[in-house]
Amino acid sequence: MSDAGIGTIDRAPMPGIGVFNKKLGMWVFLLSEVMFFTSLIGSYIILRYAHPDQFAEPGVILNVNLTAANTFLLICSSVSMVKAFAAIQQGDVKGLQKWLLATIIMGACFVGVQIYEYIELGHEGFLPALTDYAAHAGGPLYGATFYAMTGFHGAHVSLGVLALIFVYIRALRGEYTVADHEGVEVIGLYWHFVDLVWIILFTIVYLI
Amino acid sequence: MSNHIGEGHSEGHHDQGFIKTYIFSTDHKMIAKQFLITSLVFLAIGGILAAMIRWQLGFPGQPLPFNLGAILPDSMAPGGIILPEFYNSLVTMHATFMVFFALMPLMAGVFGNLLIPLQIGADDMAFPRINMLSFWITPVAGAIMLASFFVEGGAAGAGWTSYAPLSTSGEWTGVYMGQILWLVSLIILGFSSITGALNYVTTVIAMRAPGMTWFRIPLATWSLFITAWLLLLAIPILTGGLILLLFDQTIGTAFFRPEGSGEPLMWQHIFWFFGHPEVYILILPAMGFVSEVIANRSRKPVFGYHSMVVAIVAIAFLGWIVWGHHMFQSGMNPFLGMSFMATTVVIAVPSAIKTFNWMGTLWKGDIHFDTPLLHAVSFVALFVIGGLSGIFLASAPVDIYLHDTYFIVAHLHYVLVGGSLFGIFSGITFWFPKMFGRMMNEGLGKIHWVISFIAYNLAFFPMHNLGVQGMMRRIYDPNQYEFLQSLQSTNTFISKSVFVFAAAQIIFAVNFFWSMKKGKKAGDNPWDSNGLEWACPSPPPHGNFAEVPVVHRGPYEYSHPDREEDFWPQDEPIDLGNNAPSANPENEYGE
Amino acid sequence: MNLSWLMPESVSTFGPALDNLYYVILWITGIVFVVTEVILVYFMIKYRHKEGRKAEYIEGSSKAEWIWTSATAVIVIAIAFYSKGIWDEIRHPDMFPENAYELNVTARQYEWNASYAGPDGVLGTADDILSRNQVHIPVNEPVIVNLESEDVIHSFFLPEFRVKHDAVPGAVWPIWFEATQTGEFPLACAELCGLGHYRMGGTLIVHSREDFDNWLSEMQMEAEDGE
Repeated sequence: MSDAGIGTIDRAPMPGIGVFNKKLGMWVFLLSEVMFFTSLIGSYIILRYAHPDQFAEPGVILNVNLTAANTFLLICSSVSMVKAFAAIQQGDVKGLQKWLLATIIMGACFVGVQIYEYIELGHEGFLPALTDYAAHAGGPLYGATFYAMTGFHGAHVSLGVLALIFVYIRALRGEYTVADHEGVEVIGLYWHFVDLVWIILFTIVYLI
Repeated sequence: MSNHIGEGHSEGHHDQGFIKTYIFSTDHKMIAKQFLITSLVFLAIGGILAAMIRWQLGFPGQPLPFNLGAILPDSMAPGGIILPEFYNSLVTMHATFMVFFALMPLMAGVFGNLLIPLQIGADDMAFPRINMLSFWITPVAGAIMLASFFVEGGAAGAGWTSYAPLSTSGEWTGVYMGQILWLVSLIILGFSSITGALNYVTTVIAMRAPGMTWFRIPLATWSLFITAWLLLLAIPILTGGLILLLFDQTIGTAFFRPEGSGEPLMWQHIFWFFGHPEVYILILPAMGFVSEVIANRSRKPVFGYHSMVVAIVAIAFLGWIVWGHHMFQSGMNPFLGMSFMATTVVIAVPSAIKTFNWMGTLWKGDIHFDTPLLHAVSFVALFVIGGLSGIFLASAPVDIYLHDTYFIVAHLHYVLVGGSLFGIFSGITFWFPKMFGRMMNEGLGKIHWVISFIAYNLAFFPMHNLGVQGMMRRIYDPNQYEFLQSLQSTNTFISKSVFVFAAAQIIFAVNFFWSMKKGKKAGDNPWDSNGLEWACPSPPPHGNFAEVPVVHRGPYEYSHPDREEDFWPQDEPIDLGNNAPSANPENEYGE
Repeated sequence: MNLSWLMPESVSTFGPALDNLYYVILWITGIVFVVTEVILVYFMIKYRHKEGRKAEYIEGSSKAEWIWTSATAVIVIAIAFYSKGIWDEIRHPDMFPENAYELNVTARQYEWNASYAGPDGVLGTADDILSRNQVHIPVNEPVIVNLESEDVIHSFFLPEFRVKHDAVPGAVWPIWFEATQTGEFPLACAELCGLGHYRMGGTLIVHSREDFDNWLSEMQMEAEDGE
């Protein structure tokens, strides 16, 4: 299977490697993403424990209920992603298209809700930075860490939605079959990862 | 399923044209050469910056020689005399260019790209287009970094370690845009490392030729593979930190600013958590090259090949849990200091194993003193010094005195120049024929080596003594301190030696470019080596191998008693009639 | 040219112990250095290529590997243990001397500002005595210096006392030491702190107790006169 670009030689893979290149590559890439989010979440944890007075209990400033609903939406989009992959595994191209579209819509809504939340918080004065650094709940540290973590996560979701659209267009063109649907599996992996990171973020930022 | 290259492919590539062959190539070998050219350019830039640092330290307050000062604006060196703020930028940018734009691309970009597919018998990397992207990010990031010299306020001046709060605001350094560009450049560059590394990891895991089991992989590829894991996991940590610092500088967040309840020490933790694996990224590939060259030039197997692999992995693991040794004097809980001290001394052990094994490889060998071997043995000799000086620093109380002195400068240069750079010279001179189809000139190579080796030691060994006498680092004018004034003659001597060392590199550059066109033509395997990279033409065509190689033995079957020739290529078929059965007989191919 | 591996003379109580540790490490690493490099050169000469000679096919030796791995491990772990005692003595909060004379040193771009308890005998009050770039302490008495910074990270370095610790803004870091000689000694900044980092030197002045008290009184009187 020539999945490695120009000039690939057809050959038997080494025994024991049951995973095709793109999937392995995505797993490896996701590991690096884990480290990236670790550094952001790690700094939040360090700053929160060093300066608790700079932060507030969840719910005081943040809208936990809205975000909980948003979290549910993202989880649903992972389910639809699974259904999309299951569909093409059966060769069900229409099913693939349908479920991909559902995933895209839910993913886009997630980002939309998050942008709405940012605007609301901004109106309340909860910003990533303040010129007045006097410690108070919603002070610069809380805002800074909140927007850094959720913002970068949101960026990853947005990029995921764009990639999904790209995959969806290919699905509409019938480019995925029962035998060849690596791209779907790979974007699915990325999407589940983004969902998992959100569950962790939601817990740490909105619940604890 | 066919064992031959895709139909008509090797004929087809002639039609690719100049752009696709030389500019936007997806061929790993061309990408390696692209990295080589850009890295050598940045190495030269880093060297020029070093020469200016040494000018100021050797001849303090004097205008740069040969009227070079006329090129520099008054904001840097009015009348050719280097200003303190420019000096701080020099030390910052020298290290930044050397670490990020010279050494890392040389190690991973050049040799990772060149060697991995060839040594494992693959036709290219797993993701050639991502590979191309990985290269092109580097000159873009490099251009941004260079541009930072020309903005108002000059280039970053907070050290390559960019400690907060100094680096959070131009209020402290006088540098505004320069610090921002420094961050932006490195954030962008990180993607080059990550995309490159994910290619290397995937390729080694998934694209090995039949018979190329894990313990038949040459040590160069092993070290590049492990280095790729370190890049994948460490660079994103730095990226996260750089982004937070960028926010502090631009939108007024206070992640690291105490006036906003930020934590300056958190920057150090983030930076060094990346920074320590980073130094192993900078040395492990060179260790791999040295193993290849010493084994080949001694016509002997690597002594303890399995242990060498274990040592590489051990170094990579341990490298994650020693970062606090950079922060012994920052105000850490002494108990933590003790635990970092313990892990730090332990990491000396796998490095020692490797050193003894290199010596064991030379022992009872049949050593050919070609340029690659001279550089490889220099690596061993100088890395030993760097490693031993590290023991002083690992001892937290002794570090109280030596921290932030020239002892550290000596240590880091012994491992990065004495180690990494000489290792790179070994690699370049050894694999040059494979890249360009021609040998480098031996005479020039030896002259370059001997002058470099002598000048290097004359320059950097006395820095240990400067440190022991208490000279701090990053000091524009040590003569401000009476207790350092007696060290001026040492500093001047060091500077002169550095100038000789820098000048000697011109010989290398001349050799490099001249040999590319006029060097003696090289065959497939000019060094009588065993690796698969020598089982194809020099340079290899697209797709590398005419047929998929099949591997029958390990990479270091030199001077096997049952053979007349003193080498035994990995892919040479087993001739059950005449030769002994292959080494490593137990594998899933039933050989 | 100064190529000495000898530490300059120390003038603090824990100086000799720290220096001893340094010399032990110097001996060990020095011997390893000489032996290793000599063997390396010897091998290069003895095993250089000669016509007709063949290398010996040796893949390794588990025994040798175990020996040199354990030997290295034992030596370095021993160094770590040896270091622990001195490290604790200098840095462990429980080992800080009681009844030490306490003063504050605040670093800022590019000077050291010391403050001492004034007539009220309490450090950190309005009547504290201040000195700029000169830090005064009594001899033969443990002192605790509370390090702070007003702006960026600096590092309080007294080479001859074997004292070094970062002064970090937003935190106070106490360190202790005890001078064994009177006199004037260099104080240097050992952490890049801006364009004036190179000229952030100061002086540590060690007095006899009597002279120190006199100096304090003089400073008090000057301060009162100034009002």
